[in-house]
Amino acid sequence: MKEFGRYLLFLQSLVVRRETFITYYRLVIEECMQIGVKSISLFVLVSTFMGAVTTVQTAFNLVTPLVARYVIAQVVREMTVLELAPTIMAIIFAGKIGSSMAGGIGTMRITEQIDALEVMGINSSSYLVLPKIIASMIMYPMLVIFAGVCSIFGGYLVGTLTGILTPTEFIQGLRSLFNEFTITFALIKSFVFAFLIGSISCFKGYYTQGGALEVGIASTEAVTSSVIAVLLADYFLANLLL
Amino acid sequence: MIKIKNISKSFNGKSVLHSISGEFDKGKTNLIIGASGTGKSVLLKCIVGLSQPDTGNAFYDLRNFTEADKEVKSEIRREIGMLFQGSALFDSKNVEENVMFPLNVLTKMPPDEKLDRVNFCLKRVGLENVNKKMASEISGGMKKRVGIARAIVNNPNYLFCDEPNSGLDPQTSILIDELIHEITHEFNITTLVVTHDMNSVLGIGEKIMFLYKGDKLWEGSNDDITHSGVKELDDFVFINKVMKGLKGK
Ligand SMILES: Nc1ncnc2c1ncn2[C@@H]1O[C@H](COP(=O)(O)OP(=O)(O)OP(=O)(O)O)[C@@H](O)[C@H]1O
Ligand SMILES: [Mg+2]
Repeated sequence: MKEFGRYLLFLQSLVVRRETFITYYRLVIEECMQIGVKSISLFVLVSTFMGAVTTVQTAFNLVTPLVARYVIAQVVREMTVLELAPTIMAIIFAGKIGSSMAGGIGTMRITEQIDALEVMGINSSSYLVLPKIIASMIMYPMLVIFAGVCSIFGGYLVGTLTGILTPTEFIQGLRSLFNEFTITFALIKSFVFAFLIGSISCFKGYYTQGGALEVGIASTEAVTSSVIAVLLADYFLANLLL
Repeated sequence: MIKIKNISKSFNGKSVLHSISGEFDKGKTNLIIGASGTGKSVLLKCIVGLSQPDTGNAFYDLRNFTEADKEVKSEIRREIGMLFQGSALFDSKNVEENVMFPLNVLTKMPPDEKLDRVNFCLKRVGLENVNKKMASEISGGMKKRVGIARAIVNNPNYLFCDEPNSGLDPQTSILIDELIHEITHEFNITTLVVTHDMNSVLGIGEKIMFLYKGDKLWEGSNDDITHSGVKELDDFVFINKVMKGLKGK
């Protein structure tokens, strides 16, 4: 609870005493590149396989001939858009980007780089953290869209190549009973998750004390806490919006 | 000139500094010395505003920094350069970007002027042709030099150094000490060095404050330090046989 209060104060410190817009602009662009480059290959890999596995497993469970086979594609689409792309990817995002944010800021803390910024009169939390959060919120939704596409493509590849269903059936399944709101919902989720992961990871890193060991602990904690926050938020958003 | 008045600080009820007062002169290398854990770094942090003292104030040429409002604070901050114990270079940046950083955030200098200033400072600390090396690729001694260059790049009136020669060999230590000393005189800076290295104390200490368990026990110059009459200081100064022999004379 005390931790939560500190977190809120931390968030407040991000928006007071800011630097110039152009400074942030540059930092955000830099962070975006970092995030994109670091995570794109992992995202492609994981999401493609997830789509493929979902297809195979759904096909395996659909033993009755009463259900048309195009339903498999429909299931893959729904799973991907609603849960796999935004939520499972958030866990991967926390592991990859969150831990590196916490580690990076934690290292800056213990090597006095943050003090060096403060001595120059820079609001270190806002200077270091705000660009990271904004960049996550820009990049993560894009990565989610990309992961969704990859996942469905993975499903398509496996489904058609192994003869589970024909390309026509797959496309038919993708298009049947489509509700656009699921996409909006997925994007809302990804904004929220990106914010949570970015801010919690930076928070953990920013208050690191001690040495290299504590930096390691901070990045582990960053992942654990942000994954928990993401799952809680996932539940609340589902209740609220669906 | 920097003046401190009744600075006290405690952490979680444990008192670390007990009402320290004193003065640090302009154009001189002022030292704060004392054993490990006596609160030297804490005092330095209270003076530069990295942590807020429980009581007391620091005055920069009569301007009260501790209780100043934002504008005055940032005005004074522009005049401060600081060298950190571990150099604290930004490791995502190269040497040139590190030294240029204060100019980027504190001034509106045109780019070529900035580069000139950076090269001048790097040359002044004896570093040339390393502009594009990353901060993580250079040796500890070079890091200190880059740290000094970064600290003086914006023409500070006040220079703070926390253990400038920790982790360096004795020879490099003396070079760094002398560099700080020369720069202090050359640019007429109020320099404040925290150290527990006796070589620095005897070599460059023009005005010395001795801290012992959070109290100021003695103040004076390096000429007087060997006959201060303060037992704790003698214990600190005469640590090895050679020094003890000196005292006997
Ligand atoms: N942020 C902090 N929280 C709690 N205690 C602290 C904090 N910073 C310093 N201390 C305590 O204050 C005391 C003085 O520490 P300080 O770092 O000033 O020592 P020092 O004189 O600089 O020693 P050294 O020469 O080893 O650097 C130590 O006992 C330390 O445990
Ligand atoms: Mg110290």
